[in-house]
Amino acid sequence: MALHRGRGFACVNYPIGMNLGGDPSQALVHSTPDGKFMVTLSSIDLGQGMKSVTRQIAAETLGVPVSDVYVDTADSDTGPHCMGSFASRGTHRVGNAVIRAATEARTQMLQAAAEELEVDAADLETDGEGGIRVRGAPQRTISVADVAVAAQFKQGRTLSGRGIFLVPPSEVDPETGEMSPVTCFAHAAMAVEVEVDDETGMVRVIEINSAYEVGRALNPKLVEQQLVGGAWMGLSHALYETTEPYYPDRDHLPVDFNTYLMPGPGDVAPHNIAVLERPAEDAPFGGKGPGEMCANPVLPAVANAVFDAVGVRCDDLPITPEKILRGLRANGS
Amino acid sequence: MTSFEFRREFFADERQGQLNEIGKPTIRQDILGHVTGRSPYYDDHLFDGLLHMRCVRSPHHHARIVSVDFSEAARMEGVRRVVGPDDVPKNLNTLLSLIGFGKEDEPLLTPSKVAYRGEPILAIVAESERQARAAVQAVRVEWEELPHVLDVEEALKPNAPVVNATYPGNTFEYYDKYDHQKLRFGDVEQGFAKADQIVEGSYRMSPIEQAPMETCGAIAVPETNDRIACYTSTQALFFSLATTAKLLDMSSARLHFVGGTVGGGFGGKVDSIVEPMSVLGALLTGAPVKFMWDREEEMQVGAPRGAELWKIKDGIDSRGRIVARSFTGYFDSGAYTRLSSYAVVKATGHLPGPYSIPNVASNVFCVFTNRTPATAMRGFGITGVDFAIECQMDRGARATNMNPIDFRILNAYRDGDMKAHRRLAKNTALIECCQVVADKARWIIGSQSRTQSSLRGGGGEKAHVPATVIDEEGRIGDRRRSDVPTAPHSAGGRKRRLPEGSLRGEDVVAAPPQNPDMLGDAPASDPAASPENGRTLARPRFGPPAEVQVDRPRPRRPQARERPAIPAAPARPSTRRPLRRRTSVSRHVSGFRRR
Repeated sequence: MALHRGRGFACVNYPIGMNLGGDPSQALVHSTPDGKFMVTLSSIDLGQGMKSVTRQIAAETLGVPVSDVYVDTADSDTGPHCMGSFASRGTHRVGNAVIRAATEARTQMLQAAAEELEVDAADLETDGEGGIRVRGAPQRTISVADVAVAAQFKQGRTLSGRGIFLVPPSEVDPETGEMSPVTCFAHAAMAVEVEVDDETGMVRVIEINSAYEVGRALNPKLVEQQLVGGAWMGLSHALYETTEPYYPDRDHLPVDFNTYLMPGPGDVAPHNIAVLERPAEDAPFGGKGPGEMCANPVLPAVANAVFDAVGVRCDDLPITPEKILRGLRANGS
Repeated sequence: MTSFEFRREFFADERQGQLNEIGKPTIRQDILGHVTGRSPYYDDHLFDGLLHMRCVRSPHHHARIVSVDFSEAARMEGVRRVVGPDDVPKNLNTLLSLIGFGKEDEPLLTPSKVAYRGEPILAIVAESERQARAAVQAVRVEWEELPHVLDVEEALKPNAPVVNATYPGNTFEYYDKYDHQKLRFGDVEQGFAKADQIVEGSYRMSPIEQAPMETCGAIAVPETNDRIACYTSTQALFFSLATTAKLLDMSSARLHFVGGTVGGGFGGKVDSIVEPMSVLGALLTGAPVKFMWDREEEMQVGAPRGAELWKIKDGIDSRGRIVARSFTGYFDSGAYTRLSSYAVVKATGHLPGPYSIPNVASNVFCVFTNRTPATAMRGFGITGVDFAIECQMDRGARATNMNPIDFRILNAYRDGDMKAHRRLAKNTALIECCQVVADKARWIIGSQSRTQSSLRGGGGEKAHVPATVIDEEGRIGDRRRSDVPTAPHSAGGRKRRLPEGSLRGEDVVAAPPQNPDMLGDAPASDPAASPENGRTLARPRFGPPAEVQVDRPRPRRPQARERPAIPAAPARPSTRRPLRRRTSVSRHVSGFRRR
């Protein structure tokens, strides 16, 4: 018996948003009487940080602090339509809808401020701290709060905006498969080092080194969480998970977490991540969704590392100890 | 330990700085609720008199329902309603009908023939979950077992059992013409003939559970205004609302859906089954009804990420360039379509992976088998084929005695390359990701590879659409008549050659903002306000990319497919008959697992 080290590599690209488009999302933005802003959506925050990233996008676009913006979502009576939280579409589609809604609200806000300051709205800029000032004349300022009060109680104006973002649906040519799948792609590459026990067939992942190109990390902590968690899921898919262990036979089916296996805390591998940013031209501040692609390179990288370690090609996921031992036997060892 | 770094030296001139909120690690607005266990989930909504719904399910892979006797169950303590197929106003649906794709093929409660183990045929609504479970056990069903098929390749044989009557060929039907989705780019046979070596592989991924901590569920509550509120774990609020309105043939105006904190989705909370079931229960009883899967249902009845089988053939030249690649792919959809038909098209648009290959062909099938229907999961349509492609790349690297990273960088796609789906690559970054990983993992790569860039070396000859061989293999129904090979160009028959440069459409860009005031006013001091080096603005400071202007002609709009709006039929009083009680002798007690 012996422990064998091996390393494997994989790289991928990943389409952002629903394939062939046709998946709109809407957003509404309005200010409270004292100049705080509500973003209203129907998009679902699955824990990935939908509410957080749309809140930052709204604050950046409005030119106000993030603490003055709150995101309300997931109520069909108040939130306008969103196709749903899937296909790595949240940041791209909903983020763009929020930019448009927040831009319209900002336009109203600057016009109201211009009326108060008796200047041209085009000469105004936000300071990102709750103030609006005349460009080149920093002493001439007004707070967003005062603008909101004036707009509502004096001018009779709402500081609100609507936004929708849609990549129009595209067709597929039945003969050639010609299509416009999506408008941008994220990228990733990964090297995985494993240790394989030729007596038990167990695989231990020693280290993961990865690079992910995400357009722009709108919130680096949320990106990090996706990449770390996604790699764990990829590891789990590669080595542990299936609802049908002897697929296509429907036998020995797991029905709970005692029989449906996943890696525990002791199985989590060290993971060194690099993030690259190549902004996509139609993405909000360039950001592509990292939520799905982060798991993908792990599966083949682990399979390639196992082959490098013990010469067994596991082309059939998951790579269980049983398959490795059968492969070793087939190879004559 | 985990480390996290930015490599900002790449693409530095394409990014704008000076942002106030973007790029900051701002803490989530709802984090305190999450870490203190106070965030409300759908199941935290409490109602007086809440009823519980459980399903009677098939113990067989494939069977005809001979008779159902629920007379004993209906009399049991706490049972308030037996819900049968006749209670579902429009008991046939396909999820993607909301975007006009596919035929109605799946009932909410199955009336006559089940096609997978666990398929629901009846539901019991009772005052407690325990009473509902006991009543489910007391329903007596007589089944007539039918031959079943579980293997995707066997399902395509001429005399395979028909899984789903809507698709008698056991495949989804594409464009009313083919039993698979085609991709044809160049001439793969010629490419293989010219190659120095051929590398082949076959790859499979078994079904995978989304495994959310919170199982799928919904609570429907009649309100005093003739509306129903539905608290749900859905990932797609309006998708579930519209599906509910359609199946129950009710006005969407009568539905108020409330989502919120979701205990993990990963794609498993799109299928919109728990919502119509709970709303139906509430409509029939006038009381709040909860329909929630237990863990066993979540794992074996709730749709998993489906299995996939991919066969890949590569032709590689003496320099290590892949000159031809063909795929035969099978998505195991289980008994019904759900979303697998879409995944097939998405996967096809993804081929041949992030590489520039001059000749590519694929046939991808959405196959029906007698297993739990498959659905979306993180990476849907992509994860399985990425596994196949990247294992195949490892084989290719070894076959050519190349370092696997050098082999990929040599074949990587770059800006300006024509992709197999006939659109130009842009905004690519594969090569840089490979270089950074080689560096981090101390994996030595060739000096050639270290100097490559996604920005250089693309386009030119690689920007052309090649002359392409097309065929008419695999028309709908062919495989019922004879055993037709599944790989591209393998079935014989007439072939045609499309001339070089053939394009039927053009790239699609986002619809422009509907109003000028959604375009905004980038301040003059903003670096994003002036394009550098003629490059498209990377940062839509206020609004869309600079190239999209409201007064510009709108981008090409493809012909709108038939896209039914959210169903909004007027509400009407129920005239449904109660489920007919049958009295014939039962041979099997129903239960979801075979005992």
